[in-house]
Amino acid sequence: MERPFAITLDVGSSRANHTGSWRVERPVYVDRLPPCNDACPAGENIQGWLYEAESGGYEAAWRVLVEDNPLPAIMGRVCFHPCETSCNRAQVDEAVGINAVERFLGDAAIEHGWSLPAPAPDTGRRVLVIGAGPAGLSATYHLRRLGHAVRLVDGAPRLGGMLRYGIPAYRLPRAVLDAEIARIVDLGVEVVVDHSVRDVEAERRDGAFDAVFLAVGAQIGRRVNIPAGDSAKVIDAVSFLHRVADDDPPMLGRRVVVYGGGDTALDAARTARRLGATEAVIVYRRNRDRMPAHAEEVEQALGEGVSVRWLATVDRFDGERLVIEKMRLNAEGFPESTGEFEELDTDALVLALGQDTDLSLLEGNANVEVRDGVVQVTPTMMTHERGVFAGGDAAPSDRTATVAVGHGKRAARGIDAYLRGATDAPRERHGVATVDRLNTWYYADAPRTRRPELERVRRQTNFEEVVGGLTEQNALFEARRCLSCGNCFECDNCFGVCPDNAVVKLGAGQRYEFNYDFCKGCGICVRECPCGAIEMVPERI
Amino acid sequence: MSHDPTDAPALDQRVHFYQVGSFAVGNRLLNADDRTVQSSAQRTNSIDSGHRACQGCGEALGARYALDAAMRATNGRLLAVNATGCLEVFSTPYPETSWRIPWLHSLFGNAPAVATGVSAAMRVKGREDVRVVAQAGDGGTVDIGFGTLSGMFERNDDVLFICYDNEGYMNTGVQRSAATPPAARTATTDVVGDEPGNPFGQGKDLPRIAMAHDIPYVATATVADLHDLERKVERAMSLRGARYLHVFVPCPLGWGAASNETIHLARLAQSTGLFPVFEAERGVVTNVLPIRRWSPVEEYLTLQRRYAHLVGPRGRPDIVARLQAIADANVVRYGLLPDERNDGEDD
Repeated sequence: MERPFAITLDVGSSRANHTGSWRVERPVYVDRLPPCNDACPAGENIQGWLYEAESGGYEAAWRVLVEDNPLPAIMGRVCFHPCETSCNRAQVDEAVGINAVERFLGDAAIEHGWSLPAPAPDTGRRVLVIGAGPAGLSATYHLRRLGHAVRLVDGAPRLGGMLRYGIPAYRLPRAVLDAEIARIVDLGVEVVVDHSVRDVEAERRDGAFDAVFLAVGAQIGRRVNIPAGDSAKVIDAVSFLHRVADDDPPMLGRRVVVYGGGDTALDAARTARRLGATEAVIVYRRNRDRMPAHAEEVEQALGEGVSVRWLATVDRFDGERLVIEKMRLNAEGFPESTGEFEELDTDALVLALGQDTDLSLLEGNANVEVRDGVVQVTPTMMTHERGVFAGGDAAPSDRTATVAVGHGKRAARGIDAYLRGATDAPRERHGVATVDRLNTWYYADAPRTRRPELERVRRQTNFEEVVGGLTEQNALFEARRCLSCGNCFECDNCFGVCPDNAVVKLGAGQRYEFNYDFCKGCGICVRECPCGAIEMVPERI
Repeated sequence: MSHDPTDAPALDQRVHFYQVGSFAVGNRLLNADDRTVQSSAQRTNSIDSGHRACQGCGEALGARYALDAAMRATNGRLLAVNATGCLEVFSTPYPETSWRIPWLHSLFGNAPAVATGVSAAMRVKGREDVRVVAQAGDGGTVDIGFGTLSGMFERNDDVLFICYDNEGYMNTGVQRSAATPPAARTATTDVVGDEPGNPFGQGKDLPRIAMAHDIPYVATATVADLHDLERKVERAMSLRGARYLHVFVPCPLGWGAASNETIHLARLAQSTGLFPVFEAERGVVTNVLPIRRWSPVEEYLTLQRRYAHLVGPRGRPDIVARLQAIADANVVRYGLLPDERNDGEDD
């Protein structure tokens, strides 16, 4: 076309000028794994259910939650919430109170009678679940949802395993436990209680089960050889807590010493206080920093008048006087003898030195490999015996209820894949949304809401629940503190900050897309994205 | 138990109030009136895609922010006059244009006078509903157009004059202007001698000069706080007479900064106190934007090559200290750090 002198362009809009050709890097929207989801042993989609809760959609939130974990009211009480430990918000102000919101949702579900999703049509396959603790219950739930028939057997008279017989009622009220168990049983589960399986292979054959999930827990309190007089009252913590749960508490006297430094030791000491012990002393061989018990529980125990003798071991116990030896930590952090002894007036000694698993029921399964006292399993929780799966405390694990719930889910998926003759390939995970990927300037300051704690004096003498729940308003506030790490939450920042109008807003829930005809690749959208959901990638030139 | 999220308006987004409060561009839980113009898919996009501004241009962003807000405030009855400068050059290589609003360019130094004329013409035609905005870079404002601007102020002509301040003549090759800060390197203030870069004690603080004219409205803003900027444009358009808005717009090319740092740099300019954000009516400061998270000036300087001679092992801590003193004086002059730290959630 003929143009006037010195004119090189046609009359028109600058949209004819595709500035995208300047670009050497392009922004792309990504989804990254939030650290809470990454840390959750039960594999919950925490960010997903917090999102629903943020707009007050509590039932929808609960439904996202129970996709992975059928026990939110329980886990909202007893989980040690690694999600909060890893929460990026901790580096802005304080971690989001995920556990408290989970409990709020769990309680709301019980209050409103929300029911679990209905099972898929019957597959005609039968699975035997041995042990009705958190792993067994979780596996039962997920297996039922997949349409498999489940027989759930347990040696105790009631379901719940360690949730009932190991965790004291002041941490987990029985009404909550019963409600969440009943909801799973209501999915159509054949329940057999007071039945200890002696031989897995025989039981499987007799019942014509296609697969077995072994979740017998670690029910045997570990004993050590402590010289003790005949009259000395010595009991292991597992038996002690079990008997308390059975309403048959042993008489321990006024001065109780608990030997050990794990969560069970704390449970035992706090329970002893509630049963009337004026002194509940924990003897632990290392110092507080190295105590395996969770800091929150230590704090609560100390607040209830439990005392701790750090750096001490029990030497002998004659029934009235307990002799302890003081220890010191060597350079590697291991306790060493000092030769200094001390006497404590003591009526009873509770041993909380760890638990072992009774695996005698596997003697008929030659292929199952037991190492370090636990059953060895593949990533899908299958033992070396085809069709026999194991999880929870009986398998290698951190031995928490949440890990057990996760094992139950994984095993159910593994069993399902096994029954279909498929392989349950591990799902692909996105990279973690670390805090350095966030632009935290955009997040409004909002400190965390604390759950109320029962007044200390009150909780020393009864088994009322110690930690209270959040009100609806607080739960909503807490849910809204979520930063949505790594996943777009449609704040419009990229749409607003692009100097080239090269971001297209697609509407609610549809997010955005880039118009690469005009994107010059400046990267401002990436820099100003609050949640780190955009990345620059090199342009193929 | 309620299943309604507070008293939220229509939920057309997924965002959550406490996540971003009013800091991000959009938030579904804000009242419609409180949401930014920029968050709307219906915004004017006064300056269109395909313009030839550099990657990460702060001025292109500032111009869209300000004009889109003015378009909303005037129901689309707006006319813009433009001085010569980056904004004019990159938006209108003749006869192509990026402008989606009526737009007029004459000379470098006469934009305020042209705007005065347009405003007078509208009055004569009985079309005072059509409002006039004039815009220029800092060169067209503080240097070349200063005489006509001061006249426009003095006559209180009905024009909003917007200066996009990127602290130099950028499209001609980064020469110094009277808005270039002390110690900054430009093509005409080289890093030589005892006082490398632009000398201290020169230049013009145009917002304060404008205030000295006692005009109805003077305000400063940055591209880092969209809510603040849009609110100021809206306030300016609610008034008649001469109004002045000074918008801080980082220039990746002229400042030697990464193109993705534009908004971050504007935020740092505000949160160090180097660029005080305030508004004034009839010569009196009526409102300041408090510093939400204070930063030392060094954090701002290190990101820009124009200050490279000041920082690092062979830097000039004495000069950094003088720049810090300027920032500190601004903090005191405008009261930017109130005793009780404000988290900015009340705006």
